[in-house]
Amino acid sequence: MLPHIRIRNLRKTYGTFTALDGIDLDVAEGEVICVVGPSGSGKSTLIRCINRLEDFDPGSEITVGGTPVKPGRALEKVRAEVGMVFQSFNLFPHMTVLRNVMLAPMRVRGLPVPDAEKRARDLLARVGIGEQADKYPGKLSGGQQQRVAIARALAMEPKAMLFDEPTSALDPEMVGEVLDVMRVLAGSGVTMIVVTHEMGFARQVADRVIFMDGGRIVETGTPTQIFDAAREARTRNFLGAVLNH
Amino acid sequence: MDIFDTFFNVSVLIRTYPLLLTGLWVTIQIGVVSIAVGLILGLFLALVRLYAPAPAQLLARVYIDVMRSIPLLVLLIIIYYALPFVGLRLSPFVSAVSALSLVSGAYTAEIFRAGIEAIPKGQFEASGALGLSKRHMMVDVILPQAIRIVIPPLTNNCINVMKDTALASVVAMPDLLKQATQAQALAANPSPLIGAAMIYILLLWPLVAMVSRLERRFGKADR
Repeated sequence: MLPHIRIRNLRKTYGTFTALDGIDLDVAEGEVICVVGPSGSGKSTLIRCINRLEDFDPGSEITVGGTPVKPGRALEKVRAEVGMVFQSFNLFPHMTVLRNVMLAPMRVRGLPVPDAEKRARDLLARVGIGEQADKYPGKLSGGQQQRVAIARALAMEPKAMLFDEPTSALDPEMVGEVLDVMRVLAGSGVTMIVVTHEMGFARQVADRVIFMDGGRIVETGTPTQIFDAAREARTRNFLGAVLNH
Repeated sequence: MDIFDTFFNVSVLIRTYPLLLTGLWVTIQIGVVSIAVGLILGLFLALVRLYAPAPAQLLARVYIDVMRSIPLLVLLIIIYYALPFVGLRLSPFVSAVSALSLVSGAYTAEIFRAGIEAIPKGQFEASGALGLSKRHMMVDVILPQAIRIVIPPLTNNCINVMKDTALASVVAMPDLLKQATQAQALAANPSPLIGAAMIYILLLWPLVAMVSRLERRFGKADR
């Protein structure tokens, strides 16, 4: 079977700085991958390349569902199939929570208002904020905002979801509610790539964990392989530092 | 003759105020049309300057800079007195509206550009990541937020345009100032000019007050 997301020789350089140094990665449909590593290791850049929020160097190749990710009309199609959740939520502050979730299905999929509203209300209920639908994002807590952001991405019925440190900007007591939603999602068959510092989540939910450093994939394996029996010293050092603080 | 008979001559004012009112109506027409055209032109220029292919961006930039550098009165005189030499004869009204909106469009473009650039990058990324087209990104996400930011400076620009309508009097446009100077000549008394000044103030003071209020309110919302 073809991989859902296929990455070959992905390179990204800013001037003399190499952010991504030749990444190869195949992600199967429905696979849940957690990407861990020190800050500046290129993990956010990697997932931002998958929907081309970040341009990458010529010679690099990414395909999603067989479609090459390159500028132009096809890119909007790829993006419609790949949901993204950001560290800073990025909800649209001038729209109610409900409109945030309804917007893309209406504009991109051409869903009529009643259908979009029904879908949005269902999703908001699923992430546990049904009763906040008519508020503006600014009135919600960080954890609630991030759950809206997840609902907004899911409203496009994406085949893959990218999470860029979704809990890093949250107060500690709100991390759990967001991870709970993601845990349920991971069991639903959506392909997920999650950049995270939540090692407990990665160990519990990931099919595969990727450790990155210096713009490269240092090591990849099942959570048990990575967390309990890492081959590389760099991986062991990093995990030792984050797990024993 | 004391100062009241000279500058605040009530009987002169009563005699000439119908004339002043017709002038006011012309002033409002010039102002409103110029503001509307300037807004559309400005939004268009801002989008070209930000997102069009490089040569068009450069063109927009040159246009904006030239229009912000040229004195409005000079531009107006060129349009009204020089263009006829190349066969383009515009009425005083069209000349005044053209000059005002060409310049207002340049200022408005800079205001819109600043507003759009003030929107956090995350808003562009989030709408892009959802698969929204550039057009929908602008119309649904970016511009509604940008317009809120630019309402105070845009209102300021509207005030400037309304004030600059007075320049139309040099191309024989019967606006408020022109009518006032005419009335002054007829009555051999400057009271109509004072009357016109009062009318300008009454017309624009509410706008000025509104800008201050909006700026205070938006200033608070930021904190």
